[in-house]
Amino acid sequence: MAIEYLGLDEINGPLVVLDGVQNASFEEIIEITVDNKEKKLGRIVELYNEKAVVQVFEGTENMSLNNTKSRLTGHPMELDLSPEILGRVFNGIGQPLDGLSPIVPEQRVNVNGKPLNPVSREYPRNYIHTGISAIDGLTTLIRGQKLPIFSGNGLPHDQLAAQIVKQASLGDHSDEDFAIVFAAMGVKYDVADFFKRTFEESGAMDHVVMYLNLANDPVVERLITPKVALTAAEYLAFEKGMHILVILTDMTSFAEAMREVSSSKGEIPSRKGYPGYLYSELATIYERAGIVSGKNGSVTQIPILSMPNDDITHPIPDLTGYITEGQIVLERSLHQKAVYPPINVLPSLSRLMKDGIGKGFTREDHQDLANQLFSSYAKVGEARALASVIGEDELSPIDKKYLSFGEAFEKEFICQSVIENRSMMQTLDLGWKLLHILPREELDRIDTKILDQYYPKNEA
Amino acid sequence: MLKKGIIYGINGPVIYLKGNTGFKMSEMVLVGEEKLVGEVIALTKDTTTIQVFEETTGLKPGEEVVATGDAICVTLGPGIISNIFDGIERPLDRIKDSQGAFISRGISVDSLDMEKKWDVTLKVKEGELVEGGTIIATTVETTAIVHKSMVPPNISGTVTFVAPNGEYTLKDTLVIVTDTAGVEHPIGLMQKWPIRVPRPTKNRYPASMPLITGQRILDTLFPIAKGGTASIPGGFGTGKTMTQHQLAKWCDADIIVYIGCGERGNEMTQVLEDFSKLVDPKSGNPLMARTTLIANTSNMPVAAREASIYTGITLAEYYRDMGYHVAIMADSTSRWAEALRELSGRLEEMPAEEGFPAYLASRLSKFYERAGYMENLNHTKGSVSIIGAVSPQGGDFSEPVTQNTKRFVRCFWALDKALAYARHFPAINWLTSYSEYLTDLAPWYRENVGENFITCRNQILALLNEESKLNEIVKLIGSDVLPDDQKLVLEISKVIRLGFVQQNAYHPSDTYVPLEKQLKMMQIILYLYTKCKELISYNLPISTLREQGIFEKITSIKYDVPNDQLQLLDGYLEQIDEFYTTVKNQYI
Repeated sequence: MAIEYLGLDEINGPLVVLDGVQNASFEEIIEITVDNKEKKLGRIVELYNEKAVVQVFEGTENMSLNNTKSRLTGHPMELDLSPEILGRVFNGIGQPLDGLSPIVPEQRVNVNGKPLNPVSREYPRNYIHTGISAIDGLTTLIRGQKLPIFSGNGLPHDQLAAQIVKQASLGDHSDEDFAIVFAAMGVKYDVADFFKRTFEESGAMDHVVMYLNLANDPVVERLITPKVALTAAEYLAFEKGMHILVILTDMTSFAEAMREVSSSKGEIPSRKGYPGYLYSELATIYERAGIVSGKNGSVTQIPILSMPNDDITHPIPDLTGYITEGQIVLERSLHQKAVYPPINVLPSLSRLMKDGIGKGFTREDHQDLANQLFSSYAKVGEARALASVIGEDELSPIDKKYLSFGEAFEKEFICQSVIENRSMMQTLDLGWKLLHILPREELDRIDTKILDQYYPKNEA
Repeated sequence: MLKKGIIYGINGPVIYLKGNTGFKMSEMVLVGEEKLVGEVIALTKDTTTIQVFEETTGLKPGEEVVATGDAICVTLGPGIISNIFDGIERPLDRIKDSQGAFISRGISVDSLDMEKKWDVTLKVKEGELVEGGTIIATTVETTAIVHKSMVPPNISGTVTFVAPNGEYTLKDTLVIVTDTAGVEHPIGLMQKWPIRVPRPTKNRYPASMPLITGQRILDTLFPIAKGGTASIPGGFGTGKTMTQHQLAKWCDADIIVYIGCGERGNEMTQVLEDFSKLVDPKSGNPLMARTTLIANTSNMPVAAREASIYTGITLAEYYRDMGYHVAIMADSTSRWAEALRELSGRLEEMPAEEGFPAYLASRLSKFYERAGYMENLNHTKGSVSIIGAVSPQGGDFSEPVTQNTKRFVRCFWALDKALAYARHFPAINWLTSYSEYLTDLAPWYRENVGENFITCRNQILALLNEESKLNEIVKLIGSDVLPDDQKLVLEISKVIRLGFVQQNAYHPSDTYVPLEKQLKMMQIILYLYTKCKELISYNLPISTLREQGIFEKITSIKYDVPNDQLQLLDGYLEQIDEFYTTVKNQYI
C-alpha cells in the first residue's frame, strides 16, 4: 500500500516542498488531498535526496503546512485515452468539464511524449485547402506542418483560426477521418466560448476534443495543457489513423506561465526573465506535429500567439519562428483598413509550401506566381514610402502602377469575407488578374514559358 | 574496478551525486537502471555534477551512476558515411528498427554496424615502422569514398602481424603494432576518439584554394577557402537552412558532415530524402554517398545537442586525416549556444550577456579553430571547412552569439530580412557581408578561372555599392531627377541583382553554376555597361536603351543558358554589339 505523507515543508506560490519522501522519481505525479476532501495533482520538478519540489496543477489555495496528505502515484503525468474523447470538453489536465463521467481508458499515455525519430518522419507534401487566398496562394498550409499565427491583442486571429478549421478540415470532399484538438491556455472565457459555438454551429462538435485552461484557471495547469492536447492528438492520429488539426491558443500565456513558475523556483533568468529552457520547451510542443511514415494519420498544428506589443522580435514569437515551419503574421494597420484577414504576407511564410504545390499538386505556375506577388508587393512598400516623401503626384508612372497594384492586392486578394471559401484556381487566377495591372517587363520572377501562357506579350 | 556514485539530486538534465566519487572531468557515465548516457561537468569535494544526454523523467535519488573510465567518445570506422546519427553518434535508423518511430531512453546500440563485413586491402607489411596516422588498410565505404584505416595518433612501433586481404568486420584485428616498450597494440578498422579533443595534425597551411559552391554570390563576391570558416547569420525565414542545403548539395568538398543541431525534424527528413535522390554532378554518385548526417532536433535532449557539434567535427577530422576535403554545415550554432546557456542556468552559474555563460566566446573559438587546411600525420593533405548558421534573436546581429562568432570566422554571409521578404534568394546582403579570404584566393582565381576574375568581381560589387548610395537619394526625391548616367547605374545594378546575385535553387540550370559561367556572366554584364555608357555619353536618354529589351535578355541568361552549353554565352556579346549599332544608327 502506498505511503501517505502528512503535511508539507514549504509552500511558495504554485510550488510546495515535501521532505522525507521515499522512492520518489523525477517528474512523478503526486496526489495531494487537502482537508480530506479536495484532491489536487502535482508534479515533482526538482528532487534532492528525500526532498521533493512539487508543482501543484490546481494551485495552492486552501493548502497549509498541516492540512494535506500526499501520495506518490508511481508514474509521470498520464492521460486517459479512448476514441470516446471526441466531442468532449476537459480541463487543462484532462479531467471532464462537461459534467459527463470520466472516460473509460483504452490506453494511458505519458503526456511528455517522446521525440519522433527523424528517420521515421515522412516529409509532409499534401496541401490543405483553406479557402483563404492569402494562405492558399502565398503561405500554403501543408498537412503535418506547424504553422503559427502571429497576432496581437485585438486582431481577429480567432476568427481566422475558426475559418481555417471550418473550411479546411470539414470540407465535404474527403472520406478520411478528420478531427480537431483544441487547447486553450489562459484565454478569456469568451474566446473559448467563441470556438465552442463555432464548432457547434458548423456541426463539427462530435469530432472536436477541447482542453480548456482559462485565464482564471491555475497557472501551473497551463504548462501541461498543450502536452495533454498533443498526446490526445498523437493518439488519434497515429493509433486511430485520423488527420488531426491542433489549435493551440494562446502560446504567449503558456510562456508567461513558464516564466512565472521558473521565477518562483528561483531559477536564473535568461532573456526578458524567461527561463533558459524556453526554446527547448517550446520545441517539445511544436515538434510534435508531423507524419509518421507507415501510418495513416497526421498532426497539423496551428498555434496562435499574441505578440506582446506587436513586437515580432519578442522572445516568444522569435523562438517560435525558429522552430515552426513558417508563420502567418497579422498586421494591425491592415486591420484598421478593414482588410480581413489582416495577413501581412511579406513576413509570412510557409516553409513546406515549395514541395506541396506546383504541377501535380496545385498548378504549375503556383510557385512563380507566389514569388512574383511577394516581390511586387515588396515594391509597393517602397513606392508608398517614396509617395509619403514626395507626394503621390510626383511619382513615376511605374511607381503609380505599383500603388494601384498594392491597393488592389490588399482589397481583392487578401481581403475576403469570413464565410468566403475560394477554390485554389480562383485564388491563382485572381493573382494573375492583379499582376496584369503591372507591365509585363516588371514581372521578373516568372519563367518565360509560364509568363507567355498567363500573360501573353500581346496583352502587354 | 569501476567507480560508482549514488544520485542525490535531479534538476532537469542535470543530476548531482553526493561525496567525492573519484570521477574524472568530462568522463562518460551511465546513469541509473536504464543506463542513460551522461558526462561529468563539475567536481567539488562534496558534489559531482553530471549532465545527462537523455530525458531524466523517472530517475530516482539513490540510483547508481557508473563511470566508464573514458571521456565521451565517438567510434570511427567505415559505415559513418551515408548514415544518420543523433548528437552522441547513435544511429537513428537502427534505433528505429529496435524502438519504433519514437526515440526512447537508455538505448544501447553500437554506433556502427559491428557485423557487416568490409572488403579490406592491407597496405602495410610485417617489419614496417609505423606511426600515428599511417594508413594500414583501405576499404570501399561508399561508391564515392574509399575509407583509409589509420594507426591511432598515439601509437607507433613495428608491425609484427598483418592479416591477409579479405573480408573483415569492425571487431577484427588487421595489424598488430609492437611499440618500443614491447607492448602489442592490435589495430582494426575501428578506433575511438574523445569528441572534445582535436585530432592532432602535423602542420597548418594557409588558405589557398576556394571551396567552390556553385552559388554566384558566394564564389564570386564572398568566397570561402577550403579549410576556412564562415558564418551565416539571419533571422527566421531568411533562408539559412536553404543556403546550408545548397552548399551541402553542390560544394566541391569530398565529404559533407551535416549537423542539424536543435533544428526541425522535418528538415532532416528532407535532407535524407533529397540527398538520396540527388546526384553529384561531378562524380555521378548519389549525394548521400558523400554525406553523413547528425540530427539532434530541437525536441531531443538538450545536453546531446551541446555534444552534437563536437561529434560532427570529430567525424570530419577523422576523414580529413585520410586526406579528404571535408565541409561541415552546422545548423544552427545558436541552438548549441542556447544549450550551453540552458545547462549553465541549471548549474546556477553567473550569467554574462543575455544570460549566456561567460565562456561562450572561448567555446566558440575552440570550435572554429578546429577548421583548417592541414598536413596530416601521414603527410596527406586534407581540410575541414566550417559553415555555421547563426540564428540571432529577433534578427539582431548585435547579440552575443553573432558578435562572438564574427570574431572567429573569416567569412560573414549576412542574411537580410528585407531581401527575404521580397523573395530575393539567396538573401545574402552584399553590403554587410564580407570575406577575408579574397586576397588569399585571388592568385588561384587568376590562374584557374581567368586573369580578370577579381577585377570583374570588384567592379560588380562597386556598382552594387553605388546603387545603394543612389537609392538613398531616390528614396528622398524619386528616380526621375537623376542624370542619365546614374539612372544607368541603377538599371545595370538591377541586371546584376536579378540576373547575377539572385539565384534560383529550384531551377535545374541555376541551382549550380560553374565558375566559368559566373565569369562570363560578369563579363557580359560589364560589357553591356560599357556600351550603354558610351551611348549615354551621346546624350541618349536611358528610356531609349530600355526599349530594346536588352536588359531583360541579359537578366535571363541564368535561365536561358544551360550549364552544358556555355558556348551560347559568346552570342550575347554579339547581341550587345548589335544593340549598340542599332541604337546608334537609329538616333545619332
